[in-house]
Amino acid sequence: MLIKKAADLRESDVTPKETFLRRREFLAVAGSTAVAVATNGLGPVFTGTPAALAQNPAAQKLTNLKKSPFSTDEKLNSYKDITTYNNFYEFGLDKADPGKYAHTLKPKPWSVVVEGQCAKPGTYNIEDIMKYAPLEERIYRLRCVEAWSMVIPWIGYPLSEFLKRFEPTSKAKYVEFKTLVDPRQMPGQTEPALNWPYVEGLRMDEAMHPLTLLGLGLYGEVLPNQNGAPIRLVVPWKYGFKSIKSIVRVRFVETEPLNTWKQQQSSEYGFYANVNPQVDHPRWTQGSERRLGEFFRRKTLMFNGYGDQVASLYAGMDLRKFY
Amino acid sequence: MTQTQWRRRVFKPVAWLACLTPAAVLVYNGFQGELGANPVETITNTTGIWTLRLIVVGLAITPLRWLSGLNQLINYRRLVGLFAFFYGTLHFLTYFILDHQLEFGGLWDDVVKRPYITAGFTAFVLMIPLAVTSTTGWIRRMGGRKWNLLHRLIYVTALAAVLHYFWKVKLDATYPIYYGIGVAILLGFRVWRNYRPAAASH
Repeated sequence: MLIKKAADLRESDVTPKETFLRRREFLAVAGSTAVAVATNGLGPVFTGTPAALAQNPAAQKLTNLKKSPFSTDEKLNSYKDITTYNNFYEFGLDKADPGKYAHTLKPKPWSVVVEGQCAKPGTYNIEDIMKYAPLEERIYRLRCVEAWSMVIPWIGYPLSEFLKRFEPTSKAKYVEFKTLVDPRQMPGQTEPALNWPYVEGLRMDEAMHPLTLLGLGLYGEVLPNQNGAPIRLVVPWKYGFKSIKSIVRVRFVETEPLNTWKQQQSSEYGFYANVNPQVDHPRWTQGSERRLGEFFRRKTLMFNGYGDQVASLYAGMDLRKFY
Repeated sequence: MTQTQWRRRVFKPVAWLACLTPAAVLVYNGFQGELGANPVETITNTTGIWTLRLIVVGLAITPLRWLSGLNQLINYRRLVGLFAFFYGTLHFLTYFILDHQLEFGGLWDDVVKRPYITAGFTAFVLMIPLAVTSTTGWIRRMGGRKWNLLHRLIYVTALAAVLHYFWKVKLDATYPIYYGIGVAILLGFRVWRNYRPAAASH
């Protein structure tokens, strides 16, 4: 299979972290100064604030990160945006809920059960999983099915590096993932908002695709709880709900897993869930999106802009039918 | 002070300020940077829900008069209705400017294609003639009978607004259903009063 890189990006184009931090400080200061001059202090809603750079001082830092040619050079969303606006129904239905309530999640100790069609099933702990491959920073666009988007500096390594270790057999056509179920740690699970546990799945070629990331951190730190600590998927060409959080179970299977949102409403949410501006959600448009931090909507790109890399996975498929 | 003076100097200003408070909080939070990661969504949702709440309050005034005998409540109905229109206008403009950049083509596509927009747009448009004819002059010009008939359009607006809300939520329809029940009770009360058996009316 031919894996193309993003045509407009080279390794050297990815700005080093120190520089982008300074750039954002500069932008935040310049932005608020300009706005202040223009409008006599019209407030921070129209700019980023320097405080938006604050991370969690208690969180474990992740260093020696490889840069990735797959990273975008678009403006990052702030740490604050990324950690206070989350769909993670295990902690409540409001997007502010996970940021408020996810402190009850205990990402350590944590282990992941691997089972199904593979030679090396077993239980693997997160400390070991973190070392299976060199950590990379991947700056990806995230497009939610609700038509908003962000740019997030993830940390992790290719999911393929993780899955290969367990030596999937030829019967492994799909891989299924499950989130933790524990209402004491995830208070939203006391309500049957969704069928717990949250389930997601990928076709094997999607799972092994180099863009598919096993997410272990963001903004230079281990994952905040509300973003799916300690281990999650990041599949940037699919709607956000495919990128399952706080994974405890990985199963290699022969048949297509029934993912949670498809169970919930199969007329609105499918298995593939590729970002596709030509196939609208039955109730709202997918042709455009609101990038957080911007006021006007922007056009949504086919496969969220990753078409050069992934379109070949779906050659010959009717994407209206397999939405 | 006379009752009229109390109303003019105290109760009406208080009602006016109360109706303005959600907008004031929104503006204040905007300046404080407290509208969350998606300020446009916060503005849209806040103005939308206050439109519906004030429609419900406006619809509750007549049944409350019947139940309590406090006929002076009628003096607040126009104020509440106009504030519902105010929030509805902000809600519509947020969507029309920030989602459609004032392009009528895109707006029309949405109105035709998306049931929740069809419902919301209907609810909003039907409020326009009511706001226009809300003045004492218009009541006089139209005559009470015709005016009352026209202003029954608010019933359609209320139902369309609830549908709009119901079709918009992704998963949990609890609140839209609560509002639906509220509107159903307030409209049902009117139906009951108009068509109740003759024996009960005396």
